[in-house]
Amino acid sequence: MTPLIDRLEPLLAQVSKPVQYVGGEVNSVSKPFDSVDVHWALLYPDTYAVGQPNQGLAILYEVLNELDWVVAERTFTIWPDLAALLREHGLPQFTWESHLPVKDFDVLGVSFATELGYTNLLETLDLAGIELRSRDRGDADPLVIAGGHAAFNPEPVADFLDAVILGDGEEAVVEVSKRIRQWKAEGRPDGREGLLERLAADGLAYVPQFYDVAYDPQTKAISAVTPNGPNVPARVPKHTLEHLDDWPYPKHPIVPLGETIHERYSVEIFRGCTRGCRFCQAGMITRPVRERSLPVIQQMVETGLAATGLDEVGLLSLSSADHTQIGEIAKTLADQYAESQVSLSLPSTRVDAFNLDLAHELNRGGRRSGLTFAPEGGSDRMRAVINKMVGAEDLLRTVSTAFSQGWRSVKLYFMCGLPTETDDDLLAIADLAARVIATGRQVTGSRDIHCTLSIGGFVPKPHTSFQWAAQASAEMIDHRLQVLKEAIIADRRYGRAINLRYGKGSTGIIEGLLARGDRRLGAVIEAVWRDGGVFDGWIEHFSYDRWQQAAAAVLTPLGLSVDWYTTRERPRAEVLPWAHLDAGLDLDWLWADYQAAINAEEVDDCRWAGCNDCGVCPGFDVDIELAGVPR
Amino acid sequence: MSRQPERQQPPPVMRVALRYAKRGRARFASHRDFARAFERALRRAEVPMAFSSGFSPHPRISYYNAAPTGAASEAEYLTLALAREVDVVELVARLNDALPDGFEITAWSLDSPLVLKGQQETEVDGASRWRIEFTPMGPNLDTAISVLLATSSYLVRREAKNRDVDVRERLARLELTAPGVLEMTIKTSSPLVRPDDVLNALAEIAGESYTARITRLAQGHLRDDELVELF
Ligand code: SF4
Repeated sequence: MTPLIDRLEPLLAQVSKPVQYVGGEVNSVSKPFDSVDVHWALLYPDTYAVGQPNQGLAILYEVLNELDWVVAERTFTIWPDLAALLREHGLPQFTWESHLPVKDFDVLGVSFATELGYTNLLETLDLAGIELRSRDRGDADPLVIAGGHAAFNPEPVADFLDAVILGDGEEAVVEVSKRIRQWKAEGRPDGREGLLERLAADGLAYVPQFYDVAYDPQTKAISAVTPNGPNVPARVPKHTLEHLDDWPYPKHPIVPLGETIHERYSVEIFRGCTRGCRFCQAGMITRPVRERSLPVIQQMVETGLAATGLDEVGLLSLSSADHTQIGEIAKTLADQYAESQVSLSLPSTRVDAFNLDLAHELNRGGRRSGLTFAPEGGSDRMRAVINKMVGAEDLLRTVSTAFSQGWRSVKLYFMCGLPTETDDDLLAIADLAARVIATGRQVTGSRDIHCTLSIGGFVPKPHTSFQWAAQASAEMIDHRLQVLKEAIIADRRYGRAINLRYGKGSTGIIEGLLARGDRRLGAVIEAVWRDGGVFDGWIEHFSYDRWQQAAAAVLTPLGLSVDWYTTRERPRAEVLPWAHLDAGLDLDWLWADYQAAINAEEVDDCRWAGCNDCGVCPGFDVDIELAGVPR
Repeated sequence: MSRQPERQQPPPVMRVALRYAKRGRARFASHRDFARAFERALRRAEVPMAFSSGFSPHPRISYYNAAPTGAASEAEYLTLALAREVDVVELVARLNDALPDGFEITAWSLDSPLVLKGQQETEVDGASRWRIEFTPMGPNLDTAISVLLATSSYLVRREAKNRDVDVRERLARLELTAPGVLEMTIKTSSPLVRPDDVLNALAEIAGESYTARITRLAQGHLRDDELVELF
């Protein structure tokens, strides 16, 4: 097997940011190809700059490479300038470590953080010389296995995937590797199909081709999803890692040579979130909460910094201020690194004074980032609908403290297009921002007070309470944002201190189409890619018109439309495309929570207030694990 | 943003100048990429860096005339300030262990003008020697070299900056040393003329287009038309 690097190098001299393709970074791993039994190519379907910092990729890379009979190398979607040159010179998609063809590996493991990476999967498969559709692949082709949050509804890309792993990947990738090794050692009985059967057997992986999907000719919705083979479970469960402390990864992540979007050593301080924000898919599919303990966090930070030479530490999770020992964690680490140039960051947008105390603790060293809060909904009613339990008065009290402590600007996150939303809820955002400025001016006596509003369009996601909800149309989102913008411009006292940031409604519609889509969308994705669609997560590449045209061509003959998938409210009885994929959430509980949302009723966080019976813990025989509570 | 405490840092106790190479695939690293990688290597090697004072202290490292992205180099220089006395031989060994593939420290000095005087003075009469390996070379290259050397001035257009630079004026030497291998010595002064500019001039004269691998071989001063290395 000859590495491609010698033929690649002259091409690199002709492209933008060539350093991203060279590999060989500190802590990257390469092993003699023939010295191991199982070969993984791990793909993050975006550029190196975006994909390299991904925490999931870093974890699986180390978990796999720690096995002396496995190698995992990385690959990323190649930017169009180099992709064109590769095609012109007949060179395939390669891995970053050894610069070997991806097609020579046993598995191509794809991590989908967002649905907008789907066209990049096709681009990468094509450049690798791997058949796009699972059913067209031969025994020598790699298995294409997906994971990541978007893979909780892989149906739109089901035709292109051989298997899908739901949930935490650490244990699952090891088990998959074992079964591949065993199957190879036995002389590959029953070929590719035989291997897929072994992966599907006890629900280790979801193998789409072992499930038949039938549609109701009347409603056009799915009527049933039926397993078509023996030993294939009717529902495939997600994987849940029980004790985070036993999996202290990444220990020595790769240090990128080229620039990436995050340059810090990140430790996940807990996994899961039970605040119950009804729009949040990440919170729902990663239940229950499992905390990492302070000694393990401390150890990871110490070894991680020593192994990488990075000078920033990120304490990651879905809502980091919620760790039951966060005060102690912050104080201990701040003490430990007080005399060094290491900075600590804790992504948290919780709206309360405690969060401010944490910010102070972590920024003792001098550097201080901006303050960000996420009320998400503009009015008290809207926040009750999404279960974001924070009142306007809480927010104003918190920003008042912040301003009195020296901050001069805050950033607030909101969503637009939420269920039951009206124009008034958007006007409430403008009002809230005006009150933030007024409070700041009053507390500080200064007019140098600023507030940035960052507004995202709401996209209903599978496995959430809003999975049945009608998505707001692109026109509706654009209209509401216009209402908000005009209100801010019209506010002559405070408007100039408010900076409004938002995108167009159209991206959200395509994201929504793919998020809650079914297998009939595979042809749409393929048509978009064939028409040149790649890097849909990049504004300069995303084309709404191209998606709309491809969708119309494929869906109209079927009596379907983009609206059918997005802006239509789905009835309780409808079989959702992901119904056979089990995130553990009880369907009745989700529906009841959706109804509670419409009635603006709130539910408490089960980490503090007791179980709400969402179904996850008993379903998977797992439990909330808190750092201070012995196992 | 809020007011933040300004940090006072102790003055450095030692300064060392280092020569380093950028080879193979590492040549695609930009100067900023190298600077980040170098600072991380310093931390991994637990080198006692000296920091600047101020709101966001940064390591006191000054880089000298970095080679362009895509060009390899045997002669890059930097000066590093340290907060403690260290054994330089050991420092260099540890750094070389910690640096990513393709970067290597090849010499050091405690008494170079880079350490004692600062960069401005060092740049007087500065020049670099470059090796250009053509892949492949064109039939008219030989003639183009003679034509360029025979003139006293040759302007090349810098599209990005929208101005001309005189390539010939800065050329101290231009010579084919082997088939397809060109060596040139270019004087360093503002605006900087890069080997690419010389290649563009040659391509224009020859009516050919070139791709080539560029390596900086040495950096120093011209003394009677000879390049004397910094150290
Ligand atoms: S089952 Fe109960 S305790 Fe477990 S995540 Fe759901 S609500 Fe929380």
